[in-house]
Amino acid sequence: MAADATTAKGDGPQQPAALEQYRDYLLRYALLQLRDRAAAEDAVQETLLAAIESSGRYAAKSSVKTWLTGILKHKIIDHVRRQSREQPLAGDDAAERSESELVDALFAADGHWRDPPRSWGDPDRAFENARFWEVFELCSRAMPARMARVFALREVFELSTEEICKELDISATNCWVLLHRARLALRACLETRWLGHR
Amino acid sequence: MKLIPSCREVSELLSQAQDRPLGAIERLRVRVHLPLCEACRNFSTHLALLRAAVRAYLNRDDSAR
Repeated sequence: MAADATTAKGDGPQQPAALEQYRDYLLRYALLQLRDRAAAEDAVQETLLAAIESSGRYAAKSSVKTWLTGILKHKIIDHVRRQSREQPLAGDDAAERSESELVDALFAADGHWRDPPRSWGDPDRAFENARFWEVFELCSRAMPARMARVFALREVFELSTEEICKELDISATNCWVLLHRARLALRACLETRWLGHR
Repeated sequence: MKLIPSCREVSELLSQAQDRPLGAIERLRVRVHLPLCEACRNFSTHLALLRAAVRAYLNRDDSAR
């Protein structure tokens, strides 16, 4: 059976075998947000099942990938809501301390960079390099949990600061601080691991 | 507040510029710092690159893996 990957016609893309080809993509998407592999696999499995059940609602207005990603986003947002009720982001003093130490370590007392960011050359060349993506995965997963949660909501889900504040029940300032820390940490990790020490 | 902002402050402002429009004074502080500081200019490029990298990562061709 030939799987039509882009539009819903005839048997439709909601045939289990046709949906299976998106599993890797969906898992990668889920892992950026959930980090916990089992939770990510569950979310993807639920997404594929929901897609098969609700195949009648697939309108062929968007690509199958976009449709599936939309379902997955809902699953992940549900997970994030549950998680933020169980482990609120605000008021975690231990995490706050270790994160601010991490950032303090990047700057001298006078606010100068300890290791000034270097040029990375042509980004397109980096993106074509398999090694870059290995490092990117490693560094994404190495980010401390709170920072990673906020970063993924912003960059993967493309939520606004206001939406993130609402989902996680934190202030806008808190959100910006966490995003700044996340970007500093991810950037520093990429530079060290990909370009190596000078 | 120092006349010329530190790299640490500029890195905060550059990061926030990805999430909200900066105010006039904030933009000015970035503008006086950047021409003097190659490291922060690189950092600014890296912020855009991180955003692009997340998109590119998600859209990588699965068959190439």
